[in-house]
Amino acid sequence: MRIDGKGLIDRAQPLRFQFEGIGHTGFEGDTLASALLAKGVRLMGRSFKYHRPRGVLTAGSEEPNALVTIGRGAAQEPNVRATMLEIYDGLDARAQNAWPSLRADAMAINDVAWPFLGAGFYYKTFMWPRGFWERLYEPLIRRAAGLGALSGAHHPDRSEKAYAFCDLLVIGSGPAGLAAALTAGRAGADVLLVEEDSLFGGRLNAETFEVDGLAGPDWAAQTVAELRDMENVRLMTRTCVVGAYDHGTYAAVERVGPHGARRPEGGVAETFWRIVAKRAILAAGAIERPVAFENNDRPGIMTASAVRAYLNRWGVASGQRVAVFGNNDDAHRTAVDLEAAGVEVAALIDSRAEIAPPDLNCPVYAGAMVTGSAGRLGLKRISVKTGRGNKDIEVDCLAMSGGWNPTVHLTCHMNGRPTWRADIASFVPTPGSIPGLVTAGACNGDFSTQACLKAGAEAAAAVLKDLGLKASGGARLAEAEDSPYRIAPLWAVPGTGRAWLDFQNDVTVKDVKQAAVENFRSVEHMKRYTTQGMATDQGKNSNVAALALLADATGRGIPETGTTTFRPPFSPVSLATFGAGAQGIGFAPQRLTTSHGESIARGAPMIEAGLWYRPSYFPQKGETHWRQSCDREVGYVRKAVGVCDVSTLGKIDLQGPGAAELLDFVYTNTFSTLKVGRVRYGLMLREDGFVMDDGTTARLGDQHYVMTTTTAAAGAVMRHLYFVHQALCPHLDVRFTSVTEQWAQFAVAGPKSRELLNGLLDQPVDNETWPFMACGDMAIGGIPGRLFRISFSGEHAYEVAVPARYGESLFKRLVARAEAMGGGAYGMEALNVLRIEKGHITHAEIHGRTTAFDIGFARMLSAKKDCIGKTMAAREGLVDPGRERLVGLKPVGGDSVLSAGAHLFDTGVAMTRETSLGYTTSAVFSPTLGHHIALGFLQRGPERMGEVIRCFDHMRGLEAEVEVCPPVFVDPDGGRTRG
Amino acid sequence: MGELVGTSPCAGVLPLTIGDVQAVEVELGHLTSIAPFAGQATAASVALEAAHGMPLPKANCTTGKEGARAIWFGRDMALLAGPTCDPAVAKHAALTDQSDAWAAVTLSGPSAEDVLARLVPVDLRSVSFKRGHTARTLLKHMNGSVTRLGPESFLILVFRSMARTLAHDLKEAMEAVAARG
Amino acid sequence: MRLTCPICGARDRREFYYQGDAVALDRPAPGAGVQAWDDYVHLRDNPAGPRRELWHHEAGCGAWLVVERNTTTHEVHGVTLAMAVAEARR
Ligand SMILES: [Zn+2]
Repeated sequence: MRIDGKGLIDRAQPLRFQFEGIGHTGFEGDTLASALLAKGVRLMGRSFKYHRPRGVLTAGSEEPNALVTIGRGAAQEPNVRATMLEIYDGLDARAQNAWPSLRADAMAINDVAWPFLGAGFYYKTFMWPRGFWERLYEPLIRRAAGLGALSGAHHPDRSEKAYAFCDLLVIGSGPAGLAAALTAGRAGADVLLVEEDSLFGGRLNAETFEVDGLAGPDWAAQTVAELRDMENVRLMTRTCVVGAYDHGTYAAVERVGPHGARRPEGGVAETFWRIVAKRAILAAGAIERPVAFENNDRPGIMTASAVRAYLNRWGVASGQRVAVFGNNDDAHRTAVDLEAAGVEVAALIDSRAEIAPPDLNCPVYAGAMVTGSAGRLGLKRISVKTGRGNKDIEVDCLAMSGGWNPTVHLTCHMNGRPTWRADIASFVPTPGSIPGLVTAGACNGDFSTQACLKAGAEAAAAVLKDLGLKASGGARLAEAEDSPYRIAPLWAVPGTGRAWLDFQNDVTVKDVKQAAVENFRSVEHMKRYTTQGMATDQGKNSNVAALALLADATGRGIPETGTTTFRPPFSPVSLATFGAGAQGIGFAPQRLTTSHGESIARGAPMIEAGLWYRPSYFPQKGETHWRQSCDREVGYVRKAVGVCDVSTLGKIDLQGPGAAELLDFVYTNTFSTLKVGRVRYGLMLREDGFVMDDGTTARLGDQHYVMTTTTAAAGAVMRHLYFVHQALCPHLDVRFTSVTEQWAQFAVAGPKSRELLNGLLDQPVDNETWPFMACGDMAIGGIPGRLFRISFSGEHAYEVAVPARYGESLFKRLVARAEAMGGGAYGMEALNVLRIEKGHITHAEIHGRTTAFDIGFARMLSAKKDCIGKTMAAREGLVDPGRERLVGLKPVGGDSVLSAGAHLFDTGVAMTRETSLGYTTSAVFSPTLGHHIALGFLQRGPERMGEVIRCFDHMRGLEAEVEVCPPVFVDPDGGRTRG
Repeated sequence: MGELVGTSPCAGVLPLTIGDVQAVEVELGHLTSIAPFAGQATAASVALEAAHGMPLPKANCTTGKEGARAIWFGRDMALLAGPTCDPAVAKHAALTDQSDAWAAVTLSGPSAEDVLARLVPVDLRSVSFKRGHTARTLLKHMNGSVTRLGPESFLILVFRSMARTLAHDLKEAMEAVAARG
Repeated sequence: MRLTCPICGARDRREFYYQGDAVALDRPAPGAGVQAWDDYVHLRDNPAGPRRELWHHEAGCGAWLVVERNTTTHEVHGVTLAMAVAEARR
């Protein structure tokens, strides 16, 4: 029911929405919870385990009950808290965990079966028979469990991530946060004020307090207006700081766009902020705790602070006849506010015998307690035990207060533990828990408005001093109520029925006691046994009461019992927001070669090679299988000429007097002796003696080299070179930089490669001036480039490099020329076949567990110098002839299919893991030879040439008799390469 | 067959104007990395100043102006953007032609800072990142270089091969910022 | 987490590559013997408390850094250029 004239809503802006298919009207400024309460809707959901009818409990992000699903189809979004959801025109919200309907939920049968479903039920029941777990229990439990459901489709909403930096981060904008921001802002500090709510002001908006003679919300608005005018202050609403991390880093989630159709195109639903702050002030306030009594979970039973919030902020009476039940003076104000607004208050019930109640029209029962309630789908009646006997009172709303818990959560994110304060019966943050963060206001146990204002201002003044700033003089602290906080602990009203602690996970007082009886005495054990505090509200409403009861049941004090660990996020964060920006092609950068467009135009399927995209093959008309294209492209290179983009290989330019020495130190072989204008193959080890990478390095000048790495290891090799230079060889005067991106480089391979180049290059090449492994400058139409006579295919081949801007143009010309000569472009599949035919290794072979010895390159370890990995490579076990060593394999008879990853066995033995003698690393069909070939590692491989063994791929069920042969299948003498 | 034709890294993906921010590819001229040899930083700086009018920049800074700018580019390295580097500098420093290695984009407009706050993990607000300041840092997942050219204008460099990703990432960030109005 | 690169200033941890213990700076002589090499390449302490580590400012200036960090409190006590440390040894 709306109260005329109250609330911070805009009654000129009606908004139409649906809940459970029924249309309602609310106002701008309403949450779904306030708008529903205004319409008298109390039943908003069903509980998780027992499917108990539930209404809204709170007015904030701690809400455990009123979770709804919004949106339809792919945009369906479950578990949205009705207390945080600002309504909008067209909002379509449904209750969760209820079938067939919210009012008649079939699973409510669980509530009848409750004596069997208490703490530990799952552990005890679903133990045996063993086989039932997977087939029956787990699917059953999974179906019954969980609240809202995802659509299963890709959500159309987009979220984003962003960074923010500030001197001072103020978390929370109640009186403490506003006072802190104002003090720091006036002093010129760079302030970021972050508020979870849609409105600044915190409890000032929910209470009837005055500050400096102004109504609380007016003072907040006036203060925010002053802050807004400061250039050095940034204000963020709808932003929840969810985590505190190392070195002043905080995570925050901002709800940006209104839901649904109102969001502008390209707009995001949420922003995940990483905030870096030199200092932070936590002014997160406090959360009121319920009292446990029998059936304290009926719709209509709410926290007292929520009842005041709905009344004062939203102008909504949560009931027509309200009772107030508490153990502290703060609760009394609920009755005062309600009566002042003309709402009937049925009774004020205080568990304390000695109280000084305010002037009220309603009866006041001191030393009394609510012992039970009635009303299945909504509260109808409460039972009260007074000093003079029991009494039933007809009410449709009960405002309850067990006191306040400071919101300490963020201070525990870096292993901090809160400190118990008996005078307020609550935990407060332990100072220093988060370096650079101080706490102020209610989250620190200051419960009067005046104390909050003072604490906020003082915290800011201390921060200013740290930052080397001065608080502006003469600023007067605002004046507000300073009433004392009087409380006598009341965790649970004695009784035999079910009294709820954790509303979201349906944990009762009995469950906690049962845990203690079964010796789950540690608070962490109790938590896991009962699931207390393990729901999405993380026990914000219930943890302190639960551990107080555990302390009582185990005969310990609360400080000894301790708390469970509060972990980030403070408030639930959707995975989509955590993963914002990393969906689809935002997941990783795409590196595209200059020939990419042309490859796509030619229909080439692209494969990923690290971040690069490379063409698999270039299909031609009539080809229906990739092998046809691949075999044709291999034929180009073996018989005519093929062109392949090899720009993705890492290229590192090294210069300086120390360049040769650095290369000698990182490669097993020697580069200081390499002649200018020549290229040499090099092998690089890790310090543990295993192969790191390989490639060719060209000497362009006396003190100038260009190193080539594999595509996969380019980054790692660059990092390695930096390390070797900076950490191990700082005396070497050498400078290096990546030139991978500067050059577009193409392999031109095949017997007609020279013919192709001559006529294209400004100066023709011949075998005398450009022998195998020569390198140097060349030009094409006056554009300078580089030419390397190197070969990965085993054919007479070159690599032509031009500045990348000309890459696309050169690729087209090379391919056109090749096609005119009976050749053409070839892709990764053909490249792989060609190199396997030639026995050239890639990272399939140098996979991190192979040594130079294993791949037959032991002789490449120069005896004349030290190099990275040399000492460790000489270890006995790494040069043991019994190691698995590189061999070629070909099927006996020629018909069998070979695959990579197959294991090798002696013939006649059972082919098991234990009898495996090695494995294949690369296998292809060789169109040149007309059968499959493979490279692999075989124990004593080189000693077993010509022997027949078995090859078995357990995964694919492929089995073959294979002959062990040298790994070079085509042109073992290298005549074609040199020719 | 004709001459080889040059293609710019961002051809086909830029320019972009979304909201009050523009992303435009720029032709910086020659790009030469200058890495002074051991003990030669001063000599290299003197040679550079003699030839091109600006000394080598200090870490995180630039020298020169539009058309001939030296951008600090990492440990012991600067990137000369504009003229072909005078060979006299080569006596004191390793010179490497990088003219084709980088995609260069200016991002400008009142909300350019907000767009970059979505991509760059460095405080780029004018109070801490002034005109002429530069940073080697990340642009979302990419290594790159960001320089403030003016109150509302930045120069961004990423690897040429990642130009399309840069355009994509900028577009998403620009859309998100623009949608906030 | 943030590290202050001596060249670039305070930066987000995602700009850095983590290597491991700074013992990697103390490369033994080739003939130092199996034990010394085994220690250098393979054996690492796992201290709860202060330790020296190597980080690489990969997405920044490219410098290798020696970071003194407390594994229990996550405090960073110092960041030095690895090259300066290596040069000082010679
Ligand atoms: Zn750095």
